[in-house]
Amino acid sequence: MTVHELDTGTSEDPEPTADATPEKEKMVLIAASGDLDKAWPVMILATTGAAYGMDVTVFFTFWGLSILKRKDSGITGEDWRQKMLSVFHPGSPNKLGLSKLHFAGMGPKMMKGLAEDHNVASVQELLELAQDMGVKLWPCQMTMDLMGITLDDMIPGLDKPAGAGSAISLMKEASISLFI
Amino acid sequence: MADITVDARGLQCPMPVIKTAQAIAKIDSGQTLEVIATDRGALSDIPAWSKDMGHSLKEEFEADSEYHFIIQKS
Repeated sequence: MTVHELDTGTSEDPEPTADATPEKEKMVLIAASGDLDKAWPVMILATTGAAYGMDVTVFFTFWGLSILKRKDSGITGEDWRQKMLSVFHPGSPNKLGLSKLHFAGMGPKMMKGLAEDHNVASVQELLELAQDMGVKLWPCQMTMDLMGITLDDMIPGLDKPAGAGSAISLMKEASISLFI
Repeated sequence: MADITVDARGLQCPMPVIKTAQAIAKIDSGQTLEVIATDRGALSDIPAWSKDMGHSLKEEFEADSEYHFIIQKS
């Protein structure tokens, strides 16, 4: 088979039906950090993308998973190392630290105080808003297994855990893909 | 006078755009919406959003340190 034949073969996509809504543009964010100063822009961009009518998916991996953890998740995991990780990095939006000037928790406290004074929506509020606006939240299955985090340790309403393959497939179709 | 008003005064990025997007979903094509914001970022964000979404920004003015935008839904 020639390349030309292959091309014509794959170009025969089914015609969209008259009443089908045009497919939305896609935006993919990879949330790989559990730092407050990264989680914040992730949630700001996710909600704004949804306000632009985009189909937004946030893929949470490694420390990014901590954004999704419930505040009452407690010590998670079976292995002592997983338990230790959850003690030192418990997760949930209100417990995230800063990547710089953390100062044993003083930094985030000051940042959150400033945000409140300036009426900036919190990560928690933006996360809820994102869910209301239909933003898809994908936890990374591999990191969940690695860290011993189950779906029960995380907020409700998440999408099915997925992996790098699903993320790449989605990013290939997306007009905006960011790793934060 | 716009058909509906979005009071985004005191709200910071990204909320003025998000409130505007949520409100415009409630009106019909051709109807107008007025956004009032105090966030200086809205000065560039609201026109950018309107243009990108295909809505027309009919009017834009500042009064008493508040920014007003009149948008007509496409």
